[in-house]
Amino acid sequence: MDLTSLTIDSARSAVQERKITALALAEAHYARIQKEDGQIGAFLTLCKDRALEQADRMDRLAAEGKPLPPLGGVPVGIKDVMSTRGVRTTAGSKILEKYVPPYDCTAVARMEAAGAVVLGKMNCDEFAMGSSNENSAYGPVRNPRDLNRVPGGSSGGSAAAVAADMAVVTLGSDTGGSIRQPASFCGVVGMVPTYGRVSRYGLIAFASSLDHIGPLAKTVKDAAIVLRTIAGRDPMDSTSAEVPVPDYVADLDRPVRGMKLGVAKEYFGEGLDDEVRQAVESAIDKLKALGCEIVPISLPHTPYAIPTYYLIATAEASANLARFDGVRYSHRARGVKTLSEMYRRSRDEGFGAEVKRRIMLGTYALSAGYYDAYYLKAQKVRTLLTRDFDEAFRKVDAIVTPTSPTAAFRLGEKSNDPLAMYLADIYTVTADLAGIPGISVPCGETKEKLPIGLQILGKHFDESTILCLAHACEQAA
Amino acid sequence: MKVTDKDVAYVADLANLDLTAEERTAMLRDLNSILDYVDRLNELDTSNVPPMAQVSDRYGVDESKQGSERFAYASREDVLEGLRKSLPHEVALENAPDADDHFFRVPKVIER
Repeated sequence: MDLTSLTIDSARSAVQERKITALALAEAHYARIQKEDGQIGAFLTLCKDRALEQADRMDRLAAEGKPLPPLGGVPVGIKDVMSTRGVRTTAGSKILEKYVPPYDCTAVARMEAAGAVVLGKMNCDEFAMGSSNENSAYGPVRNPRDLNRVPGGSSGGSAAAVAADMAVVTLGSDTGGSIRQPASFCGVVGMVPTYGRVSRYGLIAFASSLDHIGPLAKTVKDAAIVLRTIAGRDPMDSTSAEVPVPDYVADLDRPVRGMKLGVAKEYFGEGLDDEVRQAVESAIDKLKALGCEIVPISLPHTPYAIPTYYLIATAEASANLARFDGVRYSHRARGVKTLSEMYRRSRDEGFGAEVKRRIMLGTYALSAGYYDAYYLKAQKVRTLLTRDFDEAFRKVDAIVTPTSPTAAFRLGEKSNDPLAMYLADIYTVTADLAGIPGISVPCGETKEKLPIGLQILGKHFDESTILCLAHACEQAA
Repeated sequence: MKVTDKDVAYVADLANLDLTAEERTAMLRDLNSILDYVDRLNELDTSNVPPMAQVSDRYGVDESKQGSERFAYASREDVLEGLRKSLPHEVALENAPDADDHFFRVPKVIER
């Protein structure tokens, strides 16, 4: 048995039936990390003691013949923006180089309570700000399919680790596309749940009204199992919704025949690569062949999504990142004489270029005289973008689009042009702004063998439908 | 140009950043390019559109309820250690760059 190509169910049942031990499974993944990750750079920190202790716990359960929890013994990775008690959590930033959280993120705690073995923390763009993982203070992640290309971002390490079989599943975070776009670039499944579906407690905040935690996985079923594990109301996050969590796994096999799928012309316009268009159109044809009804729709405010997103996300970030001041837990500059000098020099030394750029843009958009013209204006357009979806979902059950306008680009290709980089998120930011769920599922490859992703967007709190459709695509491929 | 050198200095000051001369030059260029792009929002008439600050006041709540009633599920008694135990003092100080047994230590606050 190849221990590093297992899915959640195959790994868990192998441990349950004592064909392998959870310890051996964890060790096999560490061996693979040792062998592969030098050139990929997906992991920032390994927590072997914590992993082996949990693996041992699962092995003892199995030895006693007790049923393992749903993720029993399954090796996972956690994006380094989620707090892990006693394990360094950097958010990809130098300013948190030595930060060791005193508590666990709710999503991580739920994964471990379900038996998951946390191998380590995944590289990402600094504070999840980026679309290529080139903004990490600890070096870029490389795409396992082609080491000269980016894995996407900001959850680049989370996507690359799954693609390179260094973890069975990982958790990522998505504020403007940071789970779906890297999933698409690396050829794995990535899902952003509805806003409020998964607690944000313990997630280092980037833009609080847009941040989501979600899974990256080898299969749609694995994504469904992880979502079922981490979803649901958490009193520690006041925005976590009190909406019942369905059994996403049982719902996967619902028939897709008769489902209405919206295709919005705004997602197939200028800038969309031809090979991506063909792969997505052929995936849509397959869904049609399975009995889905294709409905042309319009989401007319789509061209305004990127400017809206970059004003709201940076405004919220400028407030959230004010806490990094060198007093309680972040980097502090040496040799400073006054408090004010300490704040400035610590932040200057600790933050990277993109983070500073976003703090500056956000601060500007919120400053006296510009608030109405920028921040308030963007909030109003956010209403229009959300109404577009409300309107569309009166006619359709889900919307299908490309996840990204292109396949993975080369390292350095966009790193000197912030605007070009921002446009990589053009098809993904809308879901975060409206708070609807979305999933990226592999739907083909370019001639150069680079993965292409199909994005499926759903109604608020209706993850079941898009998981079911993604599952159907996966099975049909 | 929307943003000037003076604006960059003012905003950096608000954001508690110093920025090197090089960083300021790059910031001037990048902010102007991004704000030019953002200008397209003005093509839309939003005079009768309400702003949207968050998702959770509309979706996943009982819309028949108004105001704080809608979020009754998320409120609790304001009591000490209502959701979890507070962090022990020494644990809360563990990540501090500088602390004594009781407090975070910082450089002097009053400049003169």
